[in-house]
Amino acid sequence: MARTKKKQQAVPAPAPGSRDEAATSYGTQQLPDALELARTRVLCGPDVNIHTTSTIAASQWASLGVDAAFDLEKFKKGFQVDITRYEGYDMEFEMKGVSCALANSLRRIMISEAPTMAIEHVYIVNNTSVIQDEVLSHRLGLIPLKVDPRLFQYKAKEDAPSEQNTIVLKLKVECRRLPNSGMENDKVYSRDLQWLPEGSEMPDETSCRFASSQAALVPEDVRPVHDDILIAKLRPGQAIELECHCIKGVGDDHAKWSPVATTWYRLMPEVVLLQQPRGKIAEELVEQLPGLLQLLGSGDHATVVVGDAPCSLCWGACVDKERYMPYLQLRKIKDHFIFTIESTGAWRPHELFKYAVQLMVSKCDKVLEGLQAFPARSFKT
Amino acid sequence: MQGTAGYGAPAPTGPVQVAYICGDCGAENTLKPGDVIRCRECGYRILYKKRTKRVVQYEARW
Repeated sequence: MARTKKKQQAVPAPAPGSRDEAATSYGTQQLPDALELARTRVLCGPDVNIHTTSTIAASQWASLGVDAAFDLEKFKKGFQVDITRYEGYDMEFEMKGVSCALANSLRRIMISEAPTMAIEHVYIVNNTSVIQDEVLSHRLGLIPLKVDPRLFQYKAKEDAPSEQNTIVLKLKVECRRLPNSGMENDKVYSRDLQWLPEGSEMPDETSCRFASSQAALVPEDVRPVHDDILIAKLRPGQAIELECHCIKGVGDDHAKWSPVATTWYRLMPEVVLLQQPRGKIAEELVEQLPGLLQLLGSGDHATVVVGDAPCSLCWGACVDKERYMPYLQLRKIKDHFIFTIESTGAWRPHELFKYAVQLMVSKCDKVLEGLQAFPARSFKT
Repeated sequence: MQGTAGYGAPAPTGPVQVAYICGDCGAENTLKPGDVIRCRECGYRILYKKRTKRVVQYEARW
């Protein structure tokens, strides 16, 4: 009897005259603690994690009077980005208050949809090195180039190569013995690639003709991100002479265009003390999880507090998990992502992330546009 | 461009001189038909024919 009464209270009666509001909102109640925990945390057990899924339906808890619909104001309040590490082309940041679907979309866009320039066609005039033409071409293709892809257009298969869509690099090296018994050019490095802003030096073979010099188009000289990538090794008398034609592309087509070595995220871990361990077991716990836990007192009166050390891997290292499970619980916060971006060098990682967000927005716009084009009456019965 | 005349190019007249690379020291040797196959620099007897001067095009992917 009391149970039914409680349930009746949980669902507020719609106010008179507010029919439209009632149709879009499922209520304003709070979830019970156990459900709220399952909604916001992954619980890490000794073998498996539980509550690993996220809610997608706005009406998930409608019967409890809880509205799970996306709310822009709530999102604005909860969303936060903090950069925790930025070293050269590596960036680590925390992103709070977004769904895993959005975090994963951004990750996937950065890997496979942000463009870069990469060597695509290799015209080999001479290659007497031991490395085969095909292998050499493949190696060249994987070299990251330091040039802003936004300055160039995509080149479709039927497009003629021009200064708008192609960058030409030349490689001409010959290995020689030096009088002082040393060797010249016995190793070919990425720095030996020479940019040709005027275009191909053999337009008859490559059908690549520039209408004007690229020097005015590109603010900085085009060069590989790293000067010391070993391309080939030569012996005296061996030579390589070739021309590389770079075009704009995305990682979806081939990994050489992916602007990141990789980018990934993990969920923010959280350690919770379920029950205060005392005495010997408290000492054991602190010994097993140094830094993570701090010992207070000693002997039979010993207790622990959770320290502020990063707890990412401590729990995994803890040997006898089952023994400590009644005291400690490792959780992961479902909407708190620790993102890492390792750029290959064409993009600064923060710019890459901004680009991914913009691309995501334009994708959403496209969906909205498609929905608006759909006749509204077809939704009605 | 030299070497790109194609297969239909007429055979040159007179003794044909062909450049070879020594398999040992890497020196360039020019031989005519009937010459002893031997490097002039080091005496090594394996000589390699040079690669074609034609441009070969590859896709830089695997």
